[in-house]
Amino acid sequence: MSDKSHFVEIRHAQKSFGALEVLKDISLNVERGQIVAIIGPSGSGKSTLLRAINDLDPLTGGEVWLDGVQVNKNLPHRQYEKHINEMRQDVGMVFQHFNLFPHLTARENVTMAPKMLKGLSSAEADKLAEEQLEKVGMLDRIEYYPSRLSGGQKQRVAIARALAMKPKLMLFDEATSALDPELVDEVNAVMKKLAEEHMTMIIVTHEMDFAASVCDRVLFMDQGVVVEEGPPSVVFKNPSKDRTKEFLRKHLAGAN
Amino acid sequence: MDIDLMLRVYPFFLEAAWTTILLSVLTALLGLTMGTLGAAARLSRFAVLRFIGAAYVSFFRGTPALIQLFILYFGGPQIGIQLDAFEAGVIGLGINAGAYMTETIRGAIISIDKGQKEAGRTLGLSNWQSFYKITLPQAGRLMVRPLGVNLNMLIKATALVAAISVVELTYTAQRYIGSTYKPFEMFLLAGILYMIIIYATGRGVAWLDRKVQIT
Repeated sequence: MSDKSHFVEIRHAQKSFGALEVLKDISLNVERGQIVAIIGPSGSGKSTLLRAINDLDPLTGGEVWLDGVQVNKNLPHRQYEKHINEMRQDVGMVFQHFNLFPHLTARENVTMAPKMLKGLSSAEADKLAEEQLEKVGMLDRIEYYPSRLSGGQKQRVAIARALAMKPKLMLFDEATSALDPELVDEVNAVMKKLAEEHMTMIIVTHEMDFAASVCDRVLFMDQGVVVEEGPPSVVFKNPSKDRTKEFLRKHLAGAN
Repeated sequence: MDIDLMLRVYPFFLEAAWTTILLSVLTALLGLTMGTLGAAARLSRFAVLRFIGAAYVSFFRGTPALIQLFILYFGGPQIGIQLDAFEAGVIGLGINAGAYMTETIRGAIISIDKGQKEAGRTLGLSNWQSFYKITLPQAGRLMVRPLGVNLNMLIKATALVAAISVVELTYTAQRYIGSTYKPFEMFLLAGILYMIIIYATGRGVAWLDRKVQIT
């Protein structure tokens, strides 16, 4: 083990689905307060890598560490469940398709986990929900069911739901990919706000402009490996690898 | 058509209809219990339970309910199961209905997007917590109408217990034919009473379905 541990540490991550190897020996360190974007073509393994961080898609090899504790510990079933549920309380996740709970209002979506897992009273949880929904600009829709919200509004509620657990780390899995173009900005604005508050974030995205404007570091992945990694000014403006150049050319062609 | 006769025997049919209703209610309760257990078994992470659940469903959906009743009522004593006709009717039909309800309940549960459970797990909820706070409330809403269909089928299936001489509507109609020689009127009367029961149940299910939907 290294003497100076990083906040998030992925060591030799390897993942196979049968014969298909989707992650090939990936290592990545993220420091507290850093914002890292993972870009790459679909099927490159970027979502799988992100989902390995909270063990939603367990790795077949390698280790994930968060704040000095190994996430993907090898434990008997019951002990593992207890351990992972505790770890996940510290890791917020935002999904491409929001995954809001349709049978609960915006308020209830936010209050459920804090009430169940942190023993908050209804009054405390309500106050928390109001704070978090205010932060994402959704306080006026607090009593709405998800079916009555737009995609952008749903995603903002989903972010509030994750933030209500007071996570140390936020994972965004293509948070704006399912949104109509005109709704992307409102979600990006919320993510920017989190960046300004120095939330540690790992963001899988297709939005190069957004990645360039908020991230400290960009990883370009292709076919299960990190092809290129560096500050956005380098990876976007002056990539050294041909595969990166080709990917960016295709992706930025539409934007320019 | 002898309407006068129908009106005269009507009170006796009404009494029999109450037996049909009681039979239906008990069968539905047993069916729902068996269906819940069956669905839990079919969705279990243990292969043995999944196998038992699947075998239960394929046996009881794969053979006539009438044969199942005969095995239980006539064959039962041979292997030490002594039941009166009503008990055999409830147990036989309830276990049969449970097999159909197993599939209804399981179907509703697996139709809930797995992203829902993932969102719960990601927040730190356990498997069981995600199930009963997130998946089940959504699946439960989806189950109401198909379980209503199961209920409709089950009420009609109670007519089968006439064959093991439970004195319910169909058996009563047959008995009055013996004395009146008017099968058209007697079966028609029974049919009308079945329809009333089923119509009322259907309205109840529709009401419940509306009540649980989220607007």
